[in-house]
Amino acid sequence: MSLTNERIQQRLTEKFGDVVSGFEEPYGMLTFTAQRDFNLKIMQFLFDDEELRFQFLTDITAVHYPERKNEELAVVYHLHNFQDNVRVRLKVFAPVAAPKVFTASKLFLSANWMERETYDFFGIDFVGHPNLKRILNVDEMTYFPMRKEFPLEDSMRTDKDDEMFGRGGNI
Amino acid sequence: MQDQKQHIKLPEGSIEKTTQTLNLGPTHPATHGVFQNILEIDGERIVSAESTVGYIHRAFEKIAERRPYYQITPLTDRLNYCSSPINNMGWHLTVEKLLGIELPKRVDYMRVIIMELARIADHLICNSVIGVDTGALTGFVYLMTYRELIYEIYEEICGSRLTTNIGRVGGFERNFTPAAWAKLDRFMAEYPAVLKEFETLLTRNRIFIDRTSGVGGIDAQRAMSYGFTGPNLRAAGIDYDVRVANPYSSYQDFDFNVPVGTTGDCYDRYLVRNAEMWESLSIIRQAMEKIKGLPEDVYHADVPEFYLPPKQDVYTKMEALIYHFKIVMGETDIPKGEVYNAVEGANGELGFYLISDGGRSPYRLHFRRPCFIYYQAYAELVQGAMLSDAIICMSSLNLIAGELDA
Repeated sequence: MSLTNERIQQRLTEKFGDVVSGFEEPYGMLTFTAQRDFNLKIMQFLFDDEELRFQFLTDITAVHYPERKNEELAVVYHLHNFQDNVRVRLKVFAPVAAPKVFTASKLFLSANWMERETYDFFGIDFVGHPNLKRILNVDEMTYFPMRKEFPLEDSMRTDKDDEMFGRGGNI
Repeated sequence: MQDQKQHIKLPEGSIEKTTQTLNLGPTHPATHGVFQNILEIDGERIVSAESTVGYIHRAFEKIAERRPYYQITPLTDRLNYCSSPINNMGWHLTVEKLLGIELPKRVDYMRVIIMELARIADHLICNSVIGVDTGALTGFVYLMTYRELIYEIYEEICGSRLTTNIGRVGGFERNFTPAAWAKLDRFMAEYPAVLKEFETLLTRNRIFIDRTSGVGGIDAQRAMSYGFTGPNLRAAGIDYDVRVANPYSSYQDFDFNVPVGTTGDCYDRYLVRNAEMWESLSIIRQAMEKIKGLPEDVYHADVPEFYLPPKQDVYTKMEALIYHFKIVMGETDIPKGEVYNAVEGANGELGFYLISDGGRSPYRLHFRRPCFIYYQAYAELVQGAMLSDAIICMSSLNLIAGELDA
């Protein structure tokens, strides 16, 4: 019998109780939130459990929600069980003031670079990461550019002289 | 015993000092793009390696947060530019999943044809370049003609060749012309013989086998832990293919095999890609057969509020003009939601993680780029190998700088 979302949810709540919450299924993928300090324990459980077997880490990324007080940054993990072909999405929220989340790089080798990328863009401090430094941006950078306080220029703005930027103006 | 020596601090200029540091790249003709590899070499043997990326990072994910959904398609073109139609379709499929758009079968099959053509174009470049890196230019020259023909098919369909921007949310911008079908027929008639000849040239070639077999091997467990997907994972012996696991665009209607290897070395990766090209040819043939029974004038879903109308209609019909403006200016209603959608890109699972807050642009868009994930393993794959193996290893992983950096 293949693994269903209900069964995964049941196993997780049995094992972790209140630590996991917010179960939903947007577009069919089981999504849930975990308390920040338990991310590794939950992934280890999902990895080791003979029934769950989520042994492939598809992706790690983060999202910045400036309006959520004390949980501004969400780290999102996508895990995949190849045998039953089921995916789950795990989220942990961290405050932007001290975004410390345990690293998954001991569990999945692929987490190493994915976490470096997430650190580079969102400043998530992956505790225990062996080499947490910038990966795509320059080392001298002092900010985390994917956060929402660094918006791109609005394409509709009219307050600047286009001529100075090689656009429009008089010939 | 050499690796024991490397940490011993010897006086400057000592003849006992055997390792030296070599920067392979960032812009070296053999690195196929802008990758830097800092290699510690002992003679020609690589003792350790460190990979550095980010030389062409263009902040696509950030740019996407300011763009209406349509204008993100050109960004996806520039990820894996050897097979940009797959990226485009992957993006359209993600948006369609968010919007809940159902496509007519004919559109699905047209997409399958384009995606498989793109897969062939990508694999033929990758495999023939492995040939070039081992010193065999002939195969590359043979196959390049056919990539050209594939590009001509794209050109016939959408007007451009490399960064195709092909298709629309909901289908295609226009129907395949008779000339496109004729070119496709020509490709299908001629390419199998050329591919066979290419295989004859390389697959049993003594030099080629010596240079690739046993080089850059990785076992299944480790490949999985490193997050490998696509041909690189299948070469290690795991038959994971997104087209089979989570079929999209009616892939479930087609009968095809998923070739797997055993040792996960460069030779296996080459064999898997070659076998996949045969499977792709078979899929295209099936799709062309299936498409014949379907109404010929259907090339998009009937969703005017999301499907960007053809230019001719915009010029001549008021409805189309209104929809065109609404879509281009991002005035259409986009549902809130969170979608992860993956397609089998030519070099692995290409995933789009999209969060919509109902605005004209995605709140957050993340590309899961297979190259980025492979490249982490590169340092381990080349450790202990010869310097010349480092080049083969890089080309057989099918690393594309555009996708790596995004």
